[in-house]
Amino acid sequence: MIAYTDKVRQIARRLLEDCSVEMVIGFRKGSQPMMNEPCFIKKAEDADQLVWDGNCGINLANYLTGRKEKIAVFAKGCDSRNIVTHIVENKVQRDRLVIIGVPCTGMIDKRLVASQTEGEIEAVSETGDKVVVKLKDGGSTEFDRRQVLQGNCALCVHRNPVIYDELVADLVEEQTDVDHWADIREIEAMDVEKRRRFFEDLLAPCIRCYACRNACPLCYCPTCFVDESRPQWLGKGQDQIDVHTFHFLRAFHCAGRCTDCGACQRACPVGINMRLLTKKLEKDCFELYQWEAGMALDQRPALDTYKPDDPEGFIK
Amino acid sequence: MGVEPDRLHFSWISSAESTKFVEVVTEITEKVKALGPNTHYVKKEAKVA
Ligand code: SF4
Ligand code: SF4
Ligand code: SF4
Repeated sequence: MIAYTDKVRQIARRLLEDCSVEMVIGFRKGSQPMMNEPCFIKKAEDADQLVWDGNCGINLANYLTGRKEKIAVFAKGCDSRNIVTHIVENKVQRDRLVIIGVPCTGMIDKRLVASQTEGEIEAVSETGDKVVVKLKDGGSTEFDRRQVLQGNCALCVHRNPVIYDELVADLVEEQTDVDHWADIREIEAMDVEKRRRFFEDLLAPCIRCYACRNACPLCYCPTCFVDESRPQWLGKGQDQIDVHTFHFLRAFHCAGRCTDCGACQRACPVGINMRLLTKKLEKDCFELYQWEAGMALDQRPALDTYKPDDPEGFIK
Repeated sequence: MGVEPDRLHFSWISSAESTKFVEVVTEITEKVKALGPNTHYVKKEAKVA
């Protein structure tokens, strides 16, 4: 995917030069390896700051909320579905956007690479199917790209953007041989006691920094329920009940909207996989309502429609 | 998330269905009693120093 960079710069430069947009949202290299950061380019001469590789896991739809100016935005499969969700939820207007689709081959799991590497990492680069890690002591390690993808990317079945005005490259082949719900089925199969302990362990390290919420394009409420003080819905501390309430409620707020982009998990400083919560709801929406979030502009979200034949087995 | 399935019930009862209401409430009460008091997701009151 590294080969996309030239095309990304070229498109950004063209759009800014001919004044089609006021701003381009893309990625530039971060100050740490494997940590590209979102960047907002307003002048054509700055377009060369842009890059594209396997470290662009942040969801750029997050930066479109409430924007009024003309913006060009680079969108992977998941970003494009969150952009659709944003348009459907009236958070941005379609005609203010130029969507540049980026057919995706998955993002690199920075924690996995770091944990499988001995020594301090100086730089990480990609060549085709390989990820090459250069160490501070001069050594280097190589990984097969597919072995170090983020959990959600390894199981992603919508890598191509669903909406775009132009593409940086040809569409990629979608994965069809993956078992998308394996992890969720495992949790569903646990008995009540075991499941409770599972979630206690999963969420125990949470420090309530809210990085997961802030990285998520869906979490755009002006005042999040966790920050409300009148009424105060939940305590602010580390009490397990408050931590769980935050996570479970946030997941429900994302039900039928989450695209499993992985931005939340990526942002977490302590490496919690809170996606397991949103993914369960993604699975329910799919099984109950055949709904996948953000696939088309003309479909109302699952929790926004009523059909006489909606399943209601839980009502007695 | 570890809440016993029998602890939570949903029902759709019209204001004209008083018998159904009684039946459902009795059934739920029995089921929840069988589970015993809820010990999870119960917050201890904060101690004021
Ligand atoms: S979830 Fe899919 S589209 Fe999004 S970064 Fe991962 S592989 Fe790409
Ligand atoms: S909850 Fe996480 S995976 Fe879902 S859309 Fe938000 S950031 Fe992406
Ligand atoms: S980013 Fe991680 S530590 Fe921070 S609130 Fe979310 S789960 Fe907790």
